[in-house]
Amino acid sequence: MVVIIDYGVGNLFSLTSSFKQIGVDVITTGDKEIIKKADKIILPGVGAFEDASEKLFSSGLADVLLDRVKDGVPVLGICLGMQMLFEKSFEYGEHKGLGLIKGEVRPISEVIPKDYKIPHIGWNALTFPNGKSELFKYINEGDHVYFVHSYYGANCDESVIATAEYGAPLTAAVGHKNVYGCQFHPEKSGNVGLNILKAFCEMESYK
Amino acid sequence: MITKRIIPCLDVKNGRVVKGVNFQGLSDVSSPVELGKYYSDNGADELVFYDITASSEGRALFTDILKEVASTIFIPLTVGGGINTLDDFDRVLKCGADKVSVNSGAIKNPNLIYEGAKRYGDQCVVLSVDAKRVDGKFKVFAKGGRENTGLDALEWIKRGVDNGAGEIVLNSIDTDGVKGGFDLEMLNAVCEIVSVPVIASGGAGKAQDFIELFKKLPKVDAGLAASIFHFGEVKINELKKVLKDNDILVRL
Repeated sequence: MVVIIDYGVGNLFSLTSSFKQIGVDVITTGDKEIIKKADKIILPGVGAFEDASEKLFSSGLADVLLDRVKDGVPVLGICLGMQMLFEKSFEYGEHKGLGLIKGEVRPISEVIPKDYKIPHIGWNALTFPNGKSELFKYINEGDHVYFVHSYYGANCDESVIATAEYGAPLTAAVGHKNVYGCQFHPEKSGNVGLNILKAFCEMESYK
Repeated sequence: MITKRIIPCLDVKNGRVVKGVNFQGLSDVSSPVELGKYYSDNGADELVFYDITASSEGRALFTDILKEVASTIFIPLTVGGGINTLDDFDRVLKCGADKVSVNSGAIKNPNLIYEGAKRYGDQCVVLSVDAKRVDGKFKVFAKGGRENTGLDALEWIKRGVDNGAGEIVLNSIDTDGVKGGFDLEMLNAVCEIVSVPVIASGGAGKAQDFIELFKKLPKVDAGLAASIFHFGEVKINELKKVLKDNDILVRL
């Protein structure tokens, strides 16, 4: 059973629909008892880091999620949900993340040329700097996915499984053991995105 | 690098796509869901749905249709038409829209841009502007281009971006429907003053017009059109191949 954690951040209509499209049963919920039984977990998120992390920690959902990660359950963070996997974020101050991926979230303005527009918004091609992750088994390097973000995962070289070139190679996806994250929106990336979700749903628990 | 986007625009009235659309293989040529899917499968990078319904029944129908579209099409969706309040933002975002396009609602209440951006983020608010030359100046027009608001288009756009609009759709009334190419002069004037993505609209008649747009104005991010796509005069997947052959970055 795939569970999308609903912690009051963003709108989950398209994400929920995309799992239906690939024929996977999904439950969108903030109910801890259901999340405890999930065998795959999606951590979504749109908006500001501070507000989202506050909601995830104060609700106790962060603890449940961390327990499930220890059990080896595959977890996929999407967009802000990916950023939440990091140790901390520097979006308007300094805020604590889940610490599942080594590194931190920083503004893209620190690494991209001055004449580049912010946010990084639109379709961009994926590069796999460290070989092809299991998450990308149904897609190819060079395939395009849809991005909307102003912050990125920094100092996380060992976990980077995909980058996107925007005047600098921005972290597009991370993976470490059973924890994965996409900065882009697979639910808005056409068939390429659906194939990434499909690959995630086929992952085994991490032993 | 970010690719240039090609965006078909669908006008929806009472739950049906307005203007006859004729594609082989479509069982229902006026179904927003079928047409949206067709475009999505054939290279559209994003879809824009404009609700041109006047009645509240029509509006409810539009929202239902939007839900159906968003549960079968997985590319970014922008929704416009009848967006006058934050409740309207909420209504369409809940149904799977990613961006909300404001036009006359923002002219009536300029705070709408700021409020929408504050609640949903800049990336969610698209300012759509219908502009036309009057005595050598670009003026904002309302009511589908019939009424001169007196607003200076460049000032209006600058103000919109300052208030949080994350993207501009510039529709030139002067070139709209003429099919002689986009209004490069007007687009250039807008690109000079804003740093958010600019989407060109009005005037495209053939693939060459898109090549010229992106070659001459590299700052323009996307080209939007309606009838030339609907009538098959320009096929999006073929257009994108031609753009690629001309060294313009696109998603194929």
